[in-house]
Amino acid sequence: MLLEALMAAAFVGALTVFLAPDEWAGRLAFAISLIPFVGSLYLWSGFEAGGNALLGGEVAYATQIEWLEVGGRSVSWFVGLDGISLPLFVLTTFLVPLAILSAWTPVDTRQSQFYGLMLFMEANLLGVFAALDFFLWFVFWEAVLVPMYFLIGIWGGPRRKYAAIKFFVYTNAASLLMFLGFMSLVFALGDSVSSFALPEIAQAIAAGDLSAWFGIPPDRIAMVAFLAMFLGFAVKVPIVPFHTWLPDAHVQAPTPASVLLAGVLLKMGTYALLRFNFTMLPEQASMLAVPIAAIAVISVIYGAMLALAQKDLKRIVAYSSVSSMGYVILGLIVFTEYGVGGATFQMVAHGLISGLMFMAVGVIYNTTHTRMVGDMAGMADRMPVTVGILVAGAFGYMGLPLMAGFAGEFFIFVGSLSAPALPYAPVFTALAMFGIVIVAGYLLSAMQSTLFGPFELETDYEVGPAAFHDVAPLAVLLVAIIVLGVAPDIFFEMIRDAAVPVVEGVTLNG
Amino acid sequence: MVNGLPGVTALLPALLLAVTGLALLLVDTIRPDARSNTSMAIVGAIGSLAALAATVWLTASGGVSPDGGAVYLFADAIKVDTLALFFTAIFASVTALVLVAGHDYFHDHANPAAFYSLVTFAATGMALLAVANSLAVVFVALEMVSLPSYVLVAYLKHDRGSVEAGLKYFLVGALSSAIFLFGISLVYAATGSLILADIASASIEGLTGVLGVGVVMMIGGVAFKTASVPFHFWAPEAYEGAPAPVSAFLSSASKAAGFVVAFRVFTEAFPLELAVSANIDWMLAFAILAAVTMTVGNFAAAVQEEVKRMLAYSSIGHAGYALIGVAALTVDGPANGTVMGAAMAHLLVYGFMNTGAFLFVAMAERWGVGRTFADYAGLWRRAPVASVAMAVFMFSLAGLPPFAGFFSKYFLFQAAIDNGFLWLAGLGAINSVVSLYYYSRVVKALFLDDPESPSALDAIDVRPTALYAAVVFAAVATVLLLPGFGPVIETAEAAASALF
Repeated sequence: MLLEALMAAAFVGALTVFLAPDEWAGRLAFAISLIPFVGSLYLWSGFEAGGNALLGGEVAYATQIEWLEVGGRSVSWFVGLDGISLPLFVLTTFLVPLAILSAWTPVDTRQSQFYGLMLFMEANLLGVFAALDFFLWFVFWEAVLVPMYFLIGIWGGPRRKYAAIKFFVYTNAASLLMFLGFMSLVFALGDSVSSFALPEIAQAIAAGDLSAWFGIPPDRIAMVAFLAMFLGFAVKVPIVPFHTWLPDAHVQAPTPASVLLAGVLLKMGTYALLRFNFTMLPEQASMLAVPIAAIAVISVIYGAMLALAQKDLKRIVAYSSVSSMGYVILGLIVFTEYGVGGATFQMVAHGLISGLMFMAVGVIYNTTHTRMVGDMAGMADRMPVTVGILVAGAFGYMGLPLMAGFAGEFFIFVGSLSAPALPYAPVFTALAMFGIVIVAGYLLSAMQSTLFGPFELETDYEVGPAAFHDVAPLAVLLVAIIVLGVAPDIFFEMIRDAAVPVVEGVTLNG
Repeated sequence: MVNGLPGVTALLPALLLAVTGLALLLVDTIRPDARSNTSMAIVGAIGSLAALAATVWLTASGGVSPDGGAVYLFADAIKVDTLALFFTAIFASVTALVLVAGHDYFHDHANPAAFYSLVTFAATGMALLAVANSLAVVFVALEMVSLPSYVLVAYLKHDRGSVEAGLKYFLVGALSSAIFLFGISLVYAATGSLILADIASASIEGLTGVLGVGVVMMIGGVAFKTASVPFHFWAPEAYEGAPAPVSAFLSSASKAAGFVVAFRVFTEAFPLELAVSANIDWMLAFAILAAVTMTVGNFAAAVQEEVKRMLAYSSIGHAGYALIGVAALTVDGPANGTVMGAAMAHLLVYGFMNTGAFLFVAMAERWGVGRTFADYAGLWRRAPVASVAMAVFMFSLAGLPPFAGFFSKYFLFQAAIDNGFLWLAGLGAINSVVSLYYYSRVVKALFLDDPESPSALDAIDVRPTALYAAVVFAAVATVLLLPGFGPVIETAEAAASALF
């Protein structure tokens, strides 16, 4: 019942904060958000599970309670963690308190509603990573959208309405497509599954229980379902060309929402791709290996090129997320132990690094009230600590060894270079590696012009060092990034344990 | 005859509603001034909640007869079964919400007693309609629902819109009542009976000739009551012109009352096999009605500029979804009970979310903020709790997951697919996507848009406590029905399966 207790803490905390007065809503929300964090550390320390939750592995902290029945299949409250979901669970509980801290300075209206929504989103995010029943998972998955819609739409920048609606429409349309795709799988499984539990469905598909439905042969259903789910999740990730909502949402979103959007919400997409597409339908995935790898590489290169062309610091970081997510897709599609494991590791690493970058840009913006590269120069003089951490984070993004980003990308490249399931794997890998060069290019040039040189900024505001509660989360994130880079095994061990069965699914089939 | 009580105990919910109506008149006689408003709201709420409790008790105590089956009363003219109790629960819940909300809406009205008692008497009629096992009772109960409704729509007698809406509603209603009654007489002429089961056994050679015409005319009557195409024209006018609590009552409870006729009369009196064999395929007729109704309702709702009118068309759209419950039936269909049960569960969830939405409009009317989407801009700054509740209703009506509307719609479509009606479920899904557009416009206006002028929101200077309570309660129910959907759908499916 530990998982439930942590989710309930976030949920009840959200209600409490909603009703709290604005003056101390921020402090209260931060204190409450530490409960799930400490709890998840406890979960981590006592984590004992083996294998992949969907493929017959042991599930930690599992609870399964029947909820209701539909069409002869039961829907249950089924939650639990395995080596893939635990790191993301911990990432979420870790990022939320920091994001709340980063909101103390910029959010100055309707604080209690803001922090309430943040905690409400946390409860649902934890649900997404813990749920092992399709309906339960889908309820959490959709419930994440609602608070994000309001966070962008109410506290966002000047074009917040447009951004919020675009975000909502894109991701909802994607959800519908994904839902239809998955349901067609369930219908095609017919009577061979008695519940919507993901492990049961995954194992039934692996056992070849798909049958024709409405006269459509099982192979075709599986392919259509794969495509529908892939497109649905691709919007969420996002993968080029479905990425256009992302820069709008990021640029307009308030900093703390951006942190969670880049840090955790994007991971929902890659996590779901791994859980649904690549774990349940590995055969279809390897049939489409070349086009998917091509899309991944295009995402890497094109996202980086787009970032190169931006003048807004936040937009630069936003587009570079597109690029980083491309690596994750590449890692997933190669279907090797290091590829899939590295992709999962990269989800966590990118969650930390992009969170750090958005937060640091936010801190600078709080003081300068501009994010345009051309507007400022020499920020290092005025905000030495913030700038120092931002530079360190940027190097993490570029893949500096001993930082988390390096470990993630290194694993992915190790996995993808020797991928038997993907033709021309070395070519794809080499092309994707080239992305790092572009990343280094745009990050260095942006930093060069904004952070260094003589100070220059036309403003009426006092530009000085940021407050302690602004800088502290940056420092904490940086420490976490370095720790994860130095000792990747604290997560990679369990990730690999859960990734191996996924990989075996492909090698066995084909 | 549960616990050794007489069979008439099974009518407890209807009796309680009737007694409540009389008690309201009594209160008005004792204290014939506006000050009795609060006491009448309390009496009405207690009475309808007691009726709700009675339905829950009767359902939970394992049916109303010793063997768990139905109780027949008054020479089989009345049949109390789980289906009836389920619908009565919907009627009683909506009535309670509307009566509580009416307290604030009619706070300055000279004579609010009429509102309370008319709503309660209409609810009594609905409860009677749910247990009617004879076409005569069906008609009498239907009129008992309709007559108070006409008055209620025209309740604001100094408001042109309200009076005009009442007149339109009355004219269309009288016409469709006549058609319905004529249909009943044709059925009686052909079969010689008014008891549903006897009609079924008498029409052994199929639904042909006079009987067939009667069936078609009765479909018209049902379409009127449920506000389905082609008898839907009254609905936008009536819902828009009527006082908003009355619109809530009509679009939730009165619509469900129309469905109880469709669900019971058609399946019991005109069995599926006969209908198919004789080319009076009323399931096909309902399937076409469902398809057209949901499409017309949703697309018309998408182009409205006034929130209340949008809700009126959305309510027509939802009638289309609920019609799937009688449309997606097939002879010996594997999921007949499931599909009808899912439609009943949808009507229950709809009862809360739609009533809540109309009551929010009632609150806006009470504040005097205007009727269009633009007038609702930025309302959440002044009324955050009510606005969040409205967002819950809108997302739930659209069928988005964290709310009960998602499950009720999903179960309905899934059951339709299981019964071989993929096209109807697909059309329903497409319509749901369309509906997300106009429902989210309300949310956008409430939360994202800035008010046209800062002073526009100053009109909100009152906190109508009772209205707030009703809206918040409906929102809580809409949310809690998601985790609590299991017992609801099980009861509904069991009740519906008993008909086949």
